[in-house]
Amino acid sequence: MSFNTWLNDRLPVGQAIKDHLTEYYAPKNFNFWYFFGALSLVVLILQIVTGILLAMNYKPDAELAFASVEYIMRDVWGGWFVRYMHSTGASFFFILIYLHMFRGLLYGSYKNPRELVWIFGMVIYIAMMATAFFGYLLPWGQMSFWGAQVIVNLFETLPIIGESLSQWIRGDYVISDITLNRFYAFHYLIPFILVGLVVLHILALHQVGSNNPDGVEIKKGPKGNQWSDTAPKDGVPFHPYYTVKDIMGLSVFLIFFFGVVFFMPEMGGYFLEQPNFEPANPLKTPEHIAPVWYFTPYYAILRAVPSLAGTQVWGVLGMGAAIAVFFFLPWLDRSPVKSVRYKGPSTRLFLIIFAITFLVLGWLGTLPPTVEYTAMSQFLSVVYFMFFFLMPCYSGTGDNKGLSGLILFIVSVLLYLGVLILWWAQTPDLALWIKTLYTVLGAGLLFYFGVKPGWIKADEIKVVPERVTG
Amino acid sequence: MTDNHVNSKRRRLLTIATSAVGAVGAVGLVVPFAGSLSPSEKAKAAGAPVNVDISKLENGQQITVEWRGKPVWIIKRSQEALDFLPEMTPSLVDPDSNADQQPEYARNEHRSIKNDVLVLVGICTHLGCSPKYRPELSTSTEGAFLCACHGSKFDLAGRVYSNVPAPKNLEVPPHMYLSDNEILIGSDEGAAS
Repeated sequence: MSFNTWLNDRLPVGQAIKDHLTEYYAPKNFNFWYFFGALSLVVLILQIVTGILLAMNYKPDAELAFASVEYIMRDVWGGWFVRYMHSTGASFFFILIYLHMFRGLLYGSYKNPRELVWIFGMVIYIAMMATAFFGYLLPWGQMSFWGAQVIVNLFETLPIIGESLSQWIRGDYVISDITLNRFYAFHYLIPFILVGLVVLHILALHQVGSNNPDGVEIKKGPKGNQWSDTAPKDGVPFHPYYTVKDIMGLSVFLIFFFGVVFFMPEMGGYFLEQPNFEPANPLKTPEHIAPVWYFTPYYAILRAVPSLAGTQVWGVLGMGAAIAVFFFLPWLDRSPVKSVRYKGPSTRLFLIIFAITFLVLGWLGTLPPTVEYTAMSQFLSVVYFMFFFLMPCYSGTGDNKGLSGLILFIVSVLLYLGVLILWWAQTPDLALWIKTLYTVLGAGLLFYFGVKPGWIKADEIKVVPERVTG
Repeated sequence: MTDNHVNSKRRRLLTIATSAVGAVGAVGLVVPFAGSLSPSEKAKAAGAPVNVDISKLENGQQITVEWRGKPVWIIKRSQEALDFLPEMTPSLVDPDSNADQQPEYARNEHRSIKNDVLVLVGICTHLGCSPKYRPELSTSTEGAFLCACHGSKFDLAGRVYSNVPAPKNLEVPPHMYLSDNEILIGSDEGAAS
């Protein structure tokens, strides 16, 4: 009896390889956008490996942490390389995930039957943000300290339970040694939970099969290809076809990745922020604090919301909603087609506006708050939410928006009216032309995407081909 | 075991009972697990009062001391700056210090025991950054304290401006004068109550 037979009688290794690699038939028309899932997986593994190596020299102690990072950078053999790979990897992980998510938006990869794939993906995204947040405290620099201070204080704004909740998270009344110690434990733990979530993400994907740039279900198309009579005609085995393609993509990616690691690991203060080269000082906040770039779109939304009725909880809720709303995407999109290639012009237009909005919000989140920037953040926050809330209106065909569509339309109108009151009644310092511009643009968005008058033909979808193209 | 009859009703009851007892046990286990994350006795004990000598404090100057891990400011205000405080009233959220952000003895216009000496916890009531003191702006409406993180402004009595993210005035810690030039921060021997 061969070892292979012995093993497979006890553990279905061969079957798993067949199911997920050699006999997993992925659509043959994957394009550039389909690199980022596999690349993210490589970066996750790289983060875990470099992270474990760093953990062997790092000390999670408020007295020793900052010096231990410097020790890694100066005295540990190759320590600078491992640490820069880890810090650069964190930023690249988010770049890849944002591109991966945008791919999902482009081709409707969240739509039926892939809702669960999308939801697992969102949980992965939140787990990533938690890991990044916990990890950012560890160097115990000024930005580590004050960044953590601000984020933990977000919980303090919640009514009634807020104060005890934030104390429970910190384990102290301020960010302290106790907080650092537990954040280290969480930073070590969550990546392994992430791996489990990635397994679920992939299993859920392989259950229903991959989407593709045409949004055509290859499983519903003709059967039979050169490898199997029952496999979809438009599918190719993941291995070797896409493994080889992904290795090519990885090679290109690594050029960029190591370019940053070797030549610009701080990325001009975006990947490693300058104040973090100064040890944490609980008595002095840096002149200007901003979170790392991958959190700044949400940070801009947080700052855009003013305090109301003696509490700042609204900004926190707005930020939470900005992330939570992604979970509902599969049900907000009422389009009969998946891919942006065949969707109506309004969907394509709003997707472009949304992508720009997200980037500009990210840029605004890194800047100090001025009246003009705050007004811009407020306008773009409303655009951000309109993209989701008006989706039942502009993505569907015909006039039937449904009750939930109508409610979300009213919510959008209320959000718009809210910022109008803010600009016109409470911000005398804001230039008249800016107020007017945002007011007109906001009304235009509501009219075009929400009211969607028939003569615009905003929802004219194209004919989806029977089979994938190209 | 000759009787093949299954009493499914009894089985269901036993399943429910077992699950319920198990759930109670699991919840019971959460208490010590979650409790171990709350502030320890050591963290609670750290918070001894701090003694500050203010004999060398000049008008407009600021001293920062650490109390319970937080910055506490002691600022001496000139008569000119104190005279300016009433002018701020229209732009403030809580000019009369109605919110519970100070001991009783600091619930006055200048929010201090001695008119000129201001004692504040230097932590923004928004999200906990430490605002910057701008003595040159102490007699202007621009705000003597600016929180760079999210743009909240406070006047020279730590009172918050309206239309900024911070909802409340800066906190005045419990404190008392041991002598003319010595302040004890963190204790007022029950004077507040």
